Amino acid sequence: MSAHAPFRVENSGGDPDSLIALRLAGFLATLRDNGFAVGPGEGEDAATLIASGHASHPALLRSAFKHLFSSRKAEWDRFDGIFDAFWLGKRVRSRSMIAGAQKPADSPSLKSLRDGRAEHGGTQALDQAPSLDDAPESGGEGRMEGASQAENLADVDFRKLNDPEQVAQAHAAAARLAKAMRTRLTRRNLARHRGPQLDLRRTIHANISRGGVPIELMRRRRKDKPLRLVVLLDASGSMSLYTGVFVRFIHGVLDEFREAEAFLFHTQLAHVSDAMAERNPARALDRLAMMAQGAGGGTRIGLSLQTFNRWHAARVIHSRTCVMIVSDGYETGDAKLLGREMAQLAKRCRRIVWLNPMMGWEGYTPDAAGIKAALPHIDLYAPAHTLRSLQALEPYLARL
Amino acid sequence: MTRDEIAERLAAVGYIADGELATALALMQMLRRPLLLEGEAGVGKTEVAKALAALYETELIRLQCYEGLDQPAALYEWNYQRQLLAIQAHQGQSGADIEDRIFSEKYLLERPLLAAIRRGAPPVLLIDEIDRADDEFEAFLLELLSDFQVSIPELGTIVATSIPYVVLTSNGTRELSDALRRRCLYHYVDYPEVDREARIILARIGGIGTSLAVQIAQMVDSIRKEDLRKVPGVAETLDWAAALVGLDVRDLHDAPEIVQETLMCLLKTREDKARLTPEVTARLLGKVA
Repeated sequence: MSAHAPFRVENSGGDPDSLIALRLAGFLATLRDNGFAVGPGEGEDAATLIASGHASHPALLRSAFKHLFSSRKAEWDRFDGIFDAFWLGKRVRSRSMIAGAQKPADSPSLKSLRDGRAEHGGTQALDQAPSLDDAPESGGEGRMEGASQAENLADVDFRKLNDPEQVAQAHAAAARLAKAMRTRLTRRNLARHRGPQLDLRRTIHANISRGGVPIELMRRRRKDKPLRLVVLLDASGSMSLYTGVFVRFIHGVLDEFREAEAFLFHTQLAHVSDAMAERNPARALDRLAMMAQGAGGGTRIGLSLQTFNRWHAARVIHSRTCVMIVSDGYETGDAKLLGREMAQLAKRCRRIVWLNPMMGWEGYTPDAAGIKAALPHIDLYAPAHTLRSLQALEPYLARL
Repeated sequence: MTRDEIAERLAAVGYIADGELATALALMQMLRRPLLLEGEAGVGKTEVAKALAALYETELIRLQCYEGLDQPAALYEWNYQRQLLAIQAHQGQSGADIEDRIFSEKYLLERPLLAAIRRGAPPVLLIDEIDRADDEFEAFLLELLSDFQVSIPELGTIVATSIPYVVLTSNGTRELSDALRRRCLYHYVDYPEVDREARIILARIGGIGTSLAVQIAQMVDSIRKEDLRKVPGVAETLDWAAALVGLDVRDLHDAPEIVQETLMCLLKTREDKARLTPEVTARLLGKVA
């Protein structure tokens, strides 16, 4: 980007307007790099604006371009910085915003996310969940015991998968599962269309050709909204053994469901649907690793939910939304806040499913403060440490 | 009209715009694109359309969107009852005659979208809360906004006699399609800053003193910074200002009890009311000049 000349061109001898128009193409490319949806129509309009004298003053041009090119709040907020960087040669805080280049991930929990199997996540997990593995047995009802020795991949706990090939298999299976869920859920939707009510207006309209005698009756059907799935995935250190496989699962869900949104949280919340829209799962993981940067230690579930409720819930949740939280429930922040925000969330959405990989561990009881506070607001609390346990969810989702 | 003229005339019709809105309205006129306004509830998005209509001294046609809004309610519909009556009243005539009669303009019910393209002078078409309508309606709207013509099978194609100024508003309860966003100019309406809000109060509430208006704007500004479920909008500010004027308050510091009691104009949920205790109110009042 530094290769471009500055905005003022008095010395170059050419007609300033035509020079600006030349650089306009470069600006459009920069905008596209930054994720703006800019088409030829916008380019033409921009040229019109320049021709009409808007280029006489940078502030005027910036304001005009801002209205033309941005199409959502996030773009609206970023536009001034991009404009100044390109036309006025001012540096923006983060260069990657302009160049569109992506820095490689370096934070530990993210690297494990990328590799899909966390070489160094183990110690972290132990730090935060001491002696869970060998805690005394306590018989919980309705939970699945994990870690069977069977060869069947479906029953192997994700954290016991060491062989890269097995990991890859599990990932592929998770993606397939998401796909299968989607087909079955949609078909059920279609079959449910039926109308008990008579639509008088349409009936009269349809029978005009019969002189108004209502022979052909028109019925009113309630339109079913497709089920929307909103997934909130805990990407903190204590979950690192599981994030890889869940990222693949979510990638499959987003790819296949007509309506799905994904969020990632650790100490803060990030909206990752766009990053996950990448067709290639490996590249999606790369982009995800970028977004989750700056993760400190611990998990602030309550705080993340608060952010979600405040800024995203109104947009992504409708009456037929199932919110799926994938987390071990180890809250390092305020457990009371978590309880409050869960109550708030429960009011908005149809169902809350909480998937806890640790629930499949032998002898696990939900006694972490976080999960205790959240439990009263959860509709389904289920284990998710094997492919089979993920599969068991499907009939539940289909009933929503 | 140039940008500066628009800014002047907006002020003349009583709309206190932020600096960039005048640019947006000028571009609308120049590029003939619809304007998409986004922002929190109560920041005055609908008011922009009203001000625009006043600015061009033209009619405002409003289409309020809701879930299940469909073409008959938005575009046009045949008046079936009258058609049936006509069929029965002219029983003896030939089929073709009756057909010509009942599928004429006389039996056509004009809905907002059709009305907007059949006016002599270009009206302002306000499509309010587009995010509440279904995806299908959005797609249909997109087609109308690019062609500005409607084809009615029984009657033929109706081409726009004038291209309306289209303003769309959205509260963000649903993500709009990229296609619609691209079609439109975009303007994000934010809560007004203290100075502008004070000027809005002065313009809208008769008999209010400048110092009280500034105090109210400052107070509302700091209330917005509190952690509230439902942040008060400009409409709420105006209600509160009107209430204070009605109760003969001249200075907020003189009447902390009245301030506390009238906060109901601003706070609309139980949690928010509980959060702003008299102590909190006193602290916020302390920051007001």
